[in-house]
Amino acid sequence: MIDNNILAPVFIHLFTAIIQLICWRKTVTQRVLSIGGSVLGLLVAIRLFNRVDQSGILTMNAANWDAPFGIVFVADTLSTTLVLLTSIVAVAVSMFSTVGISKKRMLYGYFPIFHFLILGLIGAFLTGDIFNLYVFFEVIIISSFVLMTLGGRKAQLEGGVKYMAMNILASTFFLTGIGIVYGLTGTLNMADLAIKIQAVDNQTLVGLTSCFFIIGFGIKSAVFPLYYWLPSSYHTPPSAVAATFGGLLTKVGIYAMLRIFSLIFIPDDFMQSLLMVMAVFTIITGSLGALIKNNIRRLFSYLIVCHIGFLVGGIAMFSTVALTGVIFYLIHDIMVKTNMFLIAGLIRQLKGTLEMNRLGGLYKEYPKISLLIAVVLFSLVGIPPLSGFWPKIFLFQEAFSQEQYIFALTLIIGSFVTLYVIAKMWARVFWRDQEEERTVNSSFDSLQPYRKVLLVLPILMLATVTLFIGLNAEYVLKIASKIAAQLIDTEPYIKAVLGNR
Amino acid sequence: MELLLTLVLGLLYAAGVYLILRRSMVKLLLGIMLLGNGTNLLIFLLGKLVKGQPPVMDESVSVFKDIYADPIPQALILTAIVISFGITSFAIVLLKRVYALVDSDDLDDLNTPEEEEEDL
Repeated sequence: MIDNNILAPVFIHLFTAIIQLICWRKTVTQRVLSIGGSVLGLLVAIRLFNRVDQSGILTMNAANWDAPFGIVFVADTLSTTLVLLTSIVAVAVSMFSTVGISKKRMLYGYFPIFHFLILGLIGAFLTGDIFNLYVFFEVIIISSFVLMTLGGRKAQLEGGVKYMAMNILASTFFLTGIGIVYGLTGTLNMADLAIKIQAVDNQTLVGLTSCFFIIGFGIKSAVFPLYYWLPSSYHTPPSAVAATFGGLLTKVGIYAMLRIFSLIFIPDDFMQSLLMVMAVFTIITGSLGALIKNNIRRLFSYLIVCHIGFLVGGIAMFSTVALTGVIFYLIHDIMVKTNMFLIAGLIRQLKGTLEMNRLGGLYKEYPKISLLIAVVLFSLVGIPPLSGFWPKIFLFQEAFSQEQYIFALTLIIGSFVTLYVIAKMWARVFWRDQEEERTVNSSFDSLQPYRKVLLVLPILMLATVTLFIGLNAEYVLKIASKIAAQLIDTEPYIKAVLGNR
Repeated sequence: MELLLTLVLGLLYAAGVYLILRRSMVKLLLGIMLLGNGTNLLIFLLGKLVKGQPPVMDESVSVFKDIYADPIPQALILTAIVISFGITSFAIVLLKRVYALVDSDDLDDLNTPEEEEEDL
């Protein structure tokens, strides 16, 4: 069904950013506009999600060029779910940013760039054209470069160099892959590619080409052995920026993998075992890294890597059950990882540091906030009724039925290490008494009440969504299995894009 | 012509990879730029080279009868060039700032421990 409104979330963030650029240096106006624009974007995303849930896949042909020739935008359940999650994150982060980002950064255009980043993410989820996906990836990385380096501290710039080099390299690989695919098939439309790639004589070349996409998306989503840029750069920007990056940027790589490998390069045995090896090592190296880190944000960076392994392993098994687990975990992970970095920002505000051995006594001083944080941490670990638990059942089940015992074992190791590091963090930061009278510079107590609310409310909001995902798992499971079914059987997607040709 | 392009392409990729593997930041950037140019040429080459056949039809015919030059690779390359122009200019400014702060061109020197700041 053709619907020209599916790009509305993109345009809302585009116009928010443009109006904010006009209001250059007026930080109060920009803050209000940012929250307003994000909330409006969320409402439109909810509407889009409901429409697609009820009436099936919606498409839009740019400038009315018919499907394989023009650029097409497709809103299926996977896209709209991710657009919805992105919009929720956008609301939370823009609220947190109003207090959590210094005025110095806002004066140099933090908010417009943030909205350009969200625009790029939503566009990448909605596009149905592989070159357009590349263009949106570039929108994402160039905005993230600016956010990463805005403020110009030494550590930030150094992290920025590593981040920039690896991400440009990833784009180059992706573009090379696109070039070869175009040379093989003569089309860029993903649905059209799905049909035409099977008619290519030289299937070895097709397999080789898919390696370019694996490397490109592998760097973006931080899988072993391509993830080293992530832990060495994610702890440097302010927490609000790290929250957006940690929650969404690696996941857009996973989204691209899901889309490309379900639609165009259906994984064969070699590809499945390659992805599986990458997943196993990602989990192991990520969790080993998390074990030794003392800075909370560095620890979370390694946990991102560790949990990306769960997702890649699920993709490697490539069956309806495994993909259901992947989608469920993706939904849970976007919410929780964003929240974790916001929590890191809040702890920084409460205590003035993020080094675990200098922290302590948070539970005694702020019991309500600590309980809120506990809910999020328990969800991350996957205590049964909460959201991290359900997707792992599916991953386990499929790992056993496909006899991938090594993956099942690393899943257990990864989960236990997560439990261990989070328990360690909880014991040190929240339960332990502050050993001696240190120079505690809590800037939180001196804040005006509405600013405290703006810091805690986003965390509360994301925690509520996480609780909803965990306690209302049946509904989320329905969505996840619907998406998984659509990823395995791509016929409806292709039909929606190309019509009956 | 294809053979010549292929050779140039291989040279660009090889030089790009070699430069990326060096430790110098400037060489890293140059390597990335060469790889990007190699990719653009690759798209051009794989779009099939056709000489003197612009994709413009006479009014009298309604479909292309002859082989014609495909305009899409050129559109793709143009887009990629514009994007890489923006990114490269950002990268140059970033490297200049880093060089001013760290006073070194060596990638191994980029490991300042985290310092505290007033921001979250």
